[in-house]
Amino acid sequence: MIHLSAFQIFLLLTVLKIAVVLVITLTAVAYTVLLERKVLGRMQNRWGPSRVGPFGLLQPLADGIKLFLKEDLMPLAVERPLFVAAPVIALACALISISMVPFGAETTYQGVDLFQIANINVGLLIILGVTSIGVYGIALSGWSSNNKYSLFGSLRSTAQVISYELALGLSLVGVILRAGSLSLRDIVNSQSAHGARSWNIFGGLQIVGFFIYLMAAYAETNRSPFDLPEAESELVAGYHTEYSSMKFAMFFMAEYANMITVACVATLLFFGGASSPFGHLTDHLFATGFIHAVLPIFWFVFKVFSFILLYIWVRATLPRFRYDQLMGFGWKFLLPLAMVNILATALVLAFRS
Amino acid sequence: MSLFFLITAAIAIGGTLAAMTRRNPIHCILSLALGLVGVAGVYLALGAQFVGFTQILVYVGAVAILATFALMMTQGHIVSALIEPRRAFSRSSVSGFVTAAGVFSVLGWAAQSYRPLTPSTQQAPAAGAKEVGVALMHTYVLPLEVIGVLLTAALIGAVVIALPSEEERS
Repeated sequence: MIHLSAFQIFLLLTVLKIAVVLVITLTAVAYTVLLERKVLGRMQNRWGPSRVGPFGLLQPLADGIKLFLKEDLMPLAVERPLFVAAPVIALACALISISMVPFGAETTYQGVDLFQIANINVGLLIILGVTSIGVYGIALSGWSSNNKYSLFGSLRSTAQVISYELALGLSLVGVILRAGSLSLRDIVNSQSAHGARSWNIFGGLQIVGFFIYLMAAYAETNRSPFDLPEAESELVAGYHTEYSSMKFAMFFMAEYANMITVACVATLLFFGGASSPFGHLTDHLFATGFIHAVLPIFWFVFKVFSFILLYIWVRATLPRFRYDQLMGFGWKFLLPLAMVNILATALVLAFRS
Repeated sequence: MSLFFLITAAIAIGGTLAAMTRRNPIHCILSLALGLVGVAGVYLALGAQFVGFTQILVYVGAVAILATFALMMTQGHIVSALIEPRRAFSRSSVSGFVTAAGVFSVLGWAAQSYRPLTPSTQQAPAAGAKEVGVALMHTYVLPLEVIGVLLTAALIGAVVIALPSEEERS
């Protein structure tokens, strides 16, 4: 057995964690696409993909091979460096924010937290900041494509994301006020005392904040019913009209990775993260051992999965907004509501203390 | 000086230099955003995580992206460098130099005349969320309010400019 110094162990474990989380996230992205196609199919009374592998389970693999082997077209009139950089920015920002998410209960091995890549005390701020940089990917792709459809798609998308970012950020302030910290670990701990009763959405009375967050998050990720940037009937394919092969796939992966991040953040902030909905009632059953370490991960994945299912359900159900309705909804309804929510939460907290 | 500081400082200086020298306005804004990321990196190197990521969230994620959006909206068709080459020496550059010299002399004077009240200690500077909040709500509450009024006035001005004029309405 080789003896490693503390820093070497830290480095090794961190690289390992990054690799594992990256593989899991990308696999989850691929299978979210399949899940969406399957569920959408069932909701529209058809089968969805069913030919590749049992129940169509190998469909993501086939899609990946197809995208890899496609010709990578580069139109002559594009602004080359930015055209190449845009999908990289989009995907990188989508994947970086995953690194702040605590996936399970705090389990340290030689002083390294196993279920969170980076435990930083401003974790929530980093997620918001990195997500806001991701907008550059969309804005630049539309501009550098030198195509009117792309430009309109990216203009719509940028305007929408900037507008809803305000409501999104403000809807989280109530949670931050309650936890008194920006660290995701602290926020989870602040609501894990009594199971589902102490989650922010129920016990914390942040149900208004949660719904603002939910709607703003749909708009942030350009998902239905706010998918105007990709309105096929008006804009061909929106900002990624000129992209093909893996560059297109990177935008596609970024969109689904963002969905997963948004679901993770909702779980962490409003649904108690990796804590069990039964609180400490079941603790004596699995006091130690493997199940004790894995059960929180199960709850976390279960909550995130429910969110993704909700995403797909909404897409299958609701029609698209009109552009002025979209802007009016964000600025005139969600933003004032988020401010009232902050005020109410702050007043309640001030009177209680 | 750590390696991290040198890298982030190089990004900050390089980004802002490119923002001043590039011709294409979109490139200028993007370089500026890069420079702001560099400044945020300097904050991080100093151990001020809250300030650093707020810098990214506010300046890179909101201010610069808004400028990019405005440019795309108004000059989205200018992709290649079709912009006229600049003259080597214009009148505006003189006034720019004078302004820059004034700002730098005031900054230099302030830095020169600064005397720390207490001898500097090795204590890490406190710039967490709590410290910033307390400073804004106690020590600097009046400047904060004044800035709020200023921004409100600017917003009202923008709305007035955007409103259709009397002839257009009738």
